Amino acid sequence: MQLKSQVDYFGRALLEKGTANPDIVVLDADVSASTKTSYFQESYPERFIEVGISEQDMIGIAAGLSLSGKIPVAAAFATFIVGRAWEQVANTVARQSLNVKIVGTHSGLTPSADGESHQSIADIAVTRVLPNMVVEVPADAAAAGWATRELLDRKGPVYLRLGRGSFPMIYPDDIELEVGRAETLLDGDDVTIVSTGSMVHVALSAAETLMEEGLSSRVLDMHTIKPLDCDALEKAASETGCIVTVEEHSVIGGLGGAVTEAVSERKPVPISRVGIKDRFGQSSRNYQALLERYGLTPEAVAGAARKVVESK
Amino acid sequence: MEDLRGHARVLKELKLIDYGESPQFKGVELTELGKFITNLTIEDEPILAGEMVQTRSGAKPLGQLLKDLRRQVLHMIANAGSGHLGASLSIVDILAILYFMKMQHDPINPDWEERDRLVLSKGHAAPALYAVLSEAGYFPKEELTTLRELGGRLHGHPDTVTPGVDAKTGSLGQGLSMAVGMAYAAKLDKASHRVYVVIGDGELHEGQVWEAAMTAAHYGLDNIVTIIDRNKYQLTGTTEEVKGVEPIADKWRAFGWNVLNVNGHDHFAVLDALEVCEHTHGKPSVIIAATTKGKGVSFMEGNKFSRSVPNAAQLKQALEELDRR
Repeated sequence: MQLKSQVDYFGRALLEKGTANPDIVVLDADVSASTKTSYFQESYPERFIEVGISEQDMIGIAAGLSLSGKIPVAAAFATFIVGRAWEQVANTVARQSLNVKIVGTHSGLTPSADGESHQSIADIAVTRVLPNMVVEVPADAAAAGWATRELLDRKGPVYLRLGRGSFPMIYPDDIELEVGRAETLLDGDDVTIVSTGSMVHVALSAAETLMEEGLSSRVLDMHTIKPLDCDALEKAASETGCIVTVEEHSVIGGLGGAVTEAVSERKPVPISRVGIKDRFGQSSRNYQALLERYGLTPEAVAGAARKVVESK
Repeated sequence: MEDLRGHARVLKELKLIDYGESPQFKGVELTELGKFITNLTIEDEPILAGEMVQTRSGAKPLGQLLKDLRRQVLHMIANAGSGHLGASLSIVDILAILYFMKMQHDPINPDWEERDRLVLSKGHAAPALYAVLSEAGYFPKEELTTLRELGGRLHGHPDTVTPGVDAKTGSLGQGLSMAVGMAYAAKLDKASHRVYVVIGDGELHEGQVWEAAMTAAHYGLDNIVTIIDRNKYQLTGTTEEVKGVEPIADKWRAFGWNVLNVNGHDHFAVLDALEVCEHTHGKPSVIIAATTKGKGVSFMEGNKFSRSVPNAAQLKQALEELDRR
């Protein structure tokens, strides 16, 4: 599979949308070279606001721009933009349901070498809990480009979660998904693997392994965490009888939490959550090695699936 | 205005007054003694009290309007059973001067794009803002009795559901950043409207205020005026007891702002300072307005009615005192 960068596709889609729409204003907190808002900055310096290392101020400024009719896109590392500035995101942006697009890059364990201070294990949890927010977690670079274009055309607050580095391409470059609708990548009836973001390709590869063993998996790309596609989950629960969730995020409050909440109300079935087990990340020069240490591998997902199928 | 400048020259010669260092600086800063003297002369006899201003119920003298606003604030909070009375009363004069003598706005068309904006960052003073907006004609006066009521439009802290409110606030320290965004948008649009932000002195503890102060100065946002309601108290005590905020002027000056000190109950001085801000180019302005918490009712001044609500007897006494003034 081809590897491509989510932030590169985000940066290019942002430039494209910004060229077409002069109301788009981009803000960054001294990390534009990493978030790739630099592409926009180079072309439209007057509509690019370098706020410096002050994420809380950045979110407030984005709110003010939105109150004056602009479409602000604020980007920085996930843990800082919605972690450090969470109360600003909540009290200023979400509460007013402002048309502010918040982009958190370097999510999950992807900034592996930088270590736990820069990794983000809770950003999905803290954004999806907020009323009015849309939370979008694309699986690859193509989906990141789609999400950028799509979310800039929608009104209202959005959190877009991107990873650092390159990920295997699942979708073609011109993919069109639907916000709030899970994408079925593989159909099956023994188990459903619900995955999001960087873990979608891991889920697919686990499904291949299971297939060889005679277990048929349905693989859902739950790219929108909020609003959650509860219908697809209910259907999966009814038709496959058990669910595995996979995410590069804490199993508390993230995709696993969201799916468990929905399924337990709609159609309770056994669920196994694969993700970061209530712990922080750590430094690793090698990203893959870190994923292995945290059990975010096709083998771990396949193992969870075998177990949950047994408990049906 | 000329008279004031003339007086200022005399005060300068008597070494009671300082001028700022910036070449654009047209404001004045009083020394402690100068403040004392101006307070003595101005507090008892507001110069602009007789100035007629337009309200929803026709023209009335500023002095009368201010009394009416204070009366409404007292009624609202007494009626609601909670609210920040002291912090509301300290800011009544400044909000009234802004909305009735300075800002361009249109109560018939609250979303008018070219209006001047006001962000009440010290959102707990919402009752004062509601009283002003109602007098200006944004919503009926009868609605003031619905403060903090379930399903009403007058929330405990400012909310854009209220006609005339430009931003939701309430969480301290966040208003200036929003104002920076509004001011930056105005610059992008080459629009001439201005953005006013009212922040509390205790609110200066919030780090985000200083992040935003740095951003506004960096981008030379001279269309922002921050007004600090220097009423010297916060919930637990005086600002200097809780966590000292002085020297406020030096801090803002060091952050690259044009700094003006005024007596926030001296209407002429506030107007004059606002005018100086309009003529200051290339940097944002901050007006440090010395005010009295609970201003207007002698037994409410200071921190006694920071959060407590007047009972029926106290309300009656307060209203009587306002009438006598």
